[in-house]
Amino acid sequence: MDILSASGTMKPALWRWNKVQSEKILVALAGQPNCGKSTVFNALTGASQHVANYPGVTVDKMTGWYRHNGRKVEVVDLPGSYSLTSYSPEERVSRDFILHEKPSVTVNVMDASNLKRCLYLTFQLLEMDIPVILNLNMMDVVKQRKLDIDTDKLSNRLGIAVVPTAMKQGRGKKELMEAIDKVALSEHTVRAARIEYGEMEPVIRNIMKRLSSETSLESLYPIRWLAIKLMEGDREVQRLVQENHSDFKSLLAYVEKLREDFEALYDEAPEVHIANRRYQMADDITRDCLRLPASAKRPFSDKIDGLVCHRILGPIIMIGVIWLLYYLAIVQGYNLTNYTWPVLAKLRGLVESLTPDPGFIEIPLSRAFFLWVVDSVNALLNYIPIFFILFGLIAILEDSGYMPRMAFIMDRLFSRYGLHGQSTLPMVLGGIYVGGCAVPAIMSCKGIPDERSRLATILIIPMLNCLAKVPLYVLLINIYFAAHKAWAMFFISTISLLLVLPVSKILTLTILRDKETAPFVMEMPSYHMPTIRGVVGRALERVWLFVRKITTIVVSVAVIIFMLLQFPGISKDRMAYYHGEKDKAITAFQKRIKGTGYAEGLQGDNLMALVLYWDEYISTRMTVKDEEAAAGMNASFKERNPVFFSIVQPGDDKDAKKVNKAFKGLFKERKGMLREIRKERIDNSFLGRLGKWMEPVTRWAGFHWRVNVALLSALAAKESSVATLGALYEQEEEGEALEKRMAKGEEGFTPLHALALMLFMVLYPPCLATAIAVKIQAGSARWMLFSIIYPMVLGIAVAILVFSLGSALGLSGLQAMFAFYGLALALTIFMGLYKNKLDNID
Amino acid sequence: MTLDQMKPSSEGRIKRISVKDKLGQRLMDMGVYAGLRLKVIRNAPLEDPMEIELDGYFVSLRHDEARFVEVE
Ligand SMILES: Nc1nc2c(ncn2[C@@H]2O[C@H](COP(=O)(O)OP(=O)(O)OP(=O)(O)O)[C@@H](O)[C@H]2O)c(=O)[nH]1
Ligand SMILES: [Mg+2]
Repeated sequence: MDILSASGTMKPALWRWNKVQSEKILVALAGQPNCGKSTVFNALTGASQHVANYPGVTVDKMTGWYRHNGRKVEVVDLPGSYSLTSYSPEERVSRDFILHEKPSVTVNVMDASNLKRCLYLTFQLLEMDIPVILNLNMMDVVKQRKLDIDTDKLSNRLGIAVVPTAMKQGRGKKELMEAIDKVALSEHTVRAARIEYGEMEPVIRNIMKRLSSETSLESLYPIRWLAIKLMEGDREVQRLVQENHSDFKSLLAYVEKLREDFEALYDEAPEVHIANRRYQMADDITRDCLRLPASAKRPFSDKIDGLVCHRILGPIIMIGVIWLLYYLAIVQGYNLTNYTWPVLAKLRGLVESLTPDPGFIEIPLSRAFFLWVVDSVNALLNYIPIFFILFGLIAILEDSGYMPRMAFIMDRLFSRYGLHGQSTLPMVLGGIYVGGCAVPAIMSCKGIPDERSRLATILIIPMLNCLAKVPLYVLLINIYFAAHKAWAMFFISTISLLLVLPVSKILTLTILRDKETAPFVMEMPSYHMPTIRGVVGRALERVWLFVRKITTIVVSVAVIIFMLLQFPGISKDRMAYYHGEKDKAITAFQKRIKGTGYAEGLQGDNLMALVLYWDEYISTRMTVKDEEAAAGMNASFKERNPVFFSIVQPGDDKDAKKVNKAFKGLFKERKGMLREIRKERIDNSFLGRLGKWMEPVTRWAGFHWRVNVALLSALAAKESSVATLGALYEQEEEGEALEKRMAKGEEGFTPLHALALMLFMVLYPPCLATAIAVKIQAGSARWMLFSIIYPMVLGIAVAILVFSLGSALGLSGLQAMFAFYGLALALTIFMGLYKNKLDNID
Repeated sequence: MTLDQMKPSSEGRIKRISVKDKLGQRLMDMGVYAGLRLKVIRNAPLEDPMEIELDGYFVSLRHDEARFVEVE
């Protein structure tokens, strides 16, 4: 909420805190980043907010509630901020919330092992003249470090209630709830400590006088706070005055004069004076209330940092950590899918059995539709084991405190390309090497404080190697670079980074040029031991979020693509033709089995029943592994229909053998017809037409219209590209691999074509789930559209460059690959050398 | 001397912050203020950023930002 919007609606009374009138208490949790606000929030409300040992995790405010002594208490988790100026969005959000929503109590959560620096914020809260409870969190750390805090004295000096807790272990929760009740229900009287600003006091008083005589702001905001903020040069408060004062110019000019005079007189900028005073007071109180042991170091964290941030070991450890992340999540997670896939296959089988049976050549629309949807959803659900491990590992990284170290190590490199040290994790998740996912990656961009770098990171992540692009790479590499698999795989795994860095640099130098930046200055928290419960809980919760959000989107897009592929469908004439073919085939079959004992029983519907029986037999047999199960399966099929069974498994029966042979022929003919129909339908479909319509352009990149169709269908989810190619290059022989089919079906498709296609896939626009994530994180649909369009343009340009130039120069696929790699590498180095001017210092 | 010129494990006392607005305020809010002792802990593997200790509290910042912190 904007600081200005509420001002007009309030009745002109003196600035006073609302007493609790209803049965409801509103509580705000404020504090510096990483002090445990979300942990307190979760403990109080039983919710599961995102917790991490990583400053700036909570960016938006979150609401939850609990019941205590018959009263409903609403709790709001505010974003952490070191201060309450108006320079960063987090600070503005927190401050506006407190001023406008007027919570009955503001709980100032603090990391008690960092008392002095945290008090700096406490004073700013107290200055707002609001009811505050000081929550000394992390008391376990205080004890462990042998610090000794005199909480009674602290409470006396500050004039507010002080509640010590160790919320990670849930200790002190009851006491905090009681304290909230007590403060909320009692009259708010000003007896809290107040900072004296020494030489500045008379100046502050003068401003207060003018504010209260010339404006009605006194009824809306704490007046002393306004005066101090004006002395600090706070832009938002200046705006506030501007909106509430007819002659704001004179007042602001007056304040500006006071500021200049003050600086001239004391050789100290007013805001520096104010900050110093706060620190002095904090120092004073800390000295009074905190006893340090002989050495107040954090030996454990320092030792780890000696290794983790070491010049040589640091990067090695980081590469090791990233490798382990990939190994455990992608490799081992993928192995786990061997166990989960059969479950999904069963689900598909269930859906199949519930939809109407297929006819000889006509597949009911509802059957095709439901199977298509199930397949699309399964393709994503298949990733759940991978995501579960990935999210668990991220939780460990976050909780332990390793992330700020990663940012520390990588910042120099990334900042050269307009990114930020904190872009490291999103990029690792997005797939710096093969196999990531853009959705969690973009979600994790939240914590990047610098808006320009954050947007740049969000926009480049879809170009990294997400897991779903890999099947297409593998397919193409196996066909066209079979002799150089290792090289090709290395190329494709690393080329995306070489494309992403220059692109990000170009973006930050052009369209992102005017975005807000923020200083890097970052806290390096001490290491924490992650808890199993926390890690598993968070992994489950995020997987669930993924499933819920993504599957709904995937279903809706799958529906659209289905329709685009299905309609307008095949003309009546053509269908009549296929019916004629079908009748011919059946008549021929009947003729062939005439005279056998089975001819009678295979008329009309019975023949169709056999087709289904046969189909089911084959697909069931595929899932059966050992002899024993096979025998069981045979028995059950025999029981269901002994006549059909003897056709399927004729043994020595001569008649049966004859029918078996004839039926096999018929079955194959049917498959051929179905394939023809499907192909014709796609050729004819809207998507097929679109693919053909694009061919004049994509031809230069070497993309055939069928490839276009596959790429278009990948808009929903990239794994669709391989699935659609699979449908387009329908198998002729049972079990023939797509590699072979594609090689056969696409004569004239060379490694150069494949290279252009792979590069296009690298730059491919985000899938729908990712696009939604972009919209959420970048905060506007315009960025989402941009994130879809620019990779398309870039992708087609790169593909055309590689294909057309490669063909013109007569390069082989491999030569073109090396040439392009060299080019990208040169561009990356060049871009890295070109230095951004120092624009965060203004 | 300014902070960016200091070598790892050297110590000093903050004299002044010579930048205003966003960066100046941020430095102050993170605990950099005149009169405080600080110690340079290390530079990152690629030289930049650097890590400093302020009163038992650890902060990393870029050299470009550290050059506005005057130390004696
Ligand atoms: N030892 C200990 N650790 C705690 C305690 N409370 C929270 N933590 C840990 O401190 C870290 C930060 O906790 P969060 O709850 O994410 O902090 P936050 O204030 O919400 O942080 P931001 O949202 O980034 O501002 C996590 O690793 C928590 O597990 C506590 O009482 N004792
Ligand atoms: Mg939080």
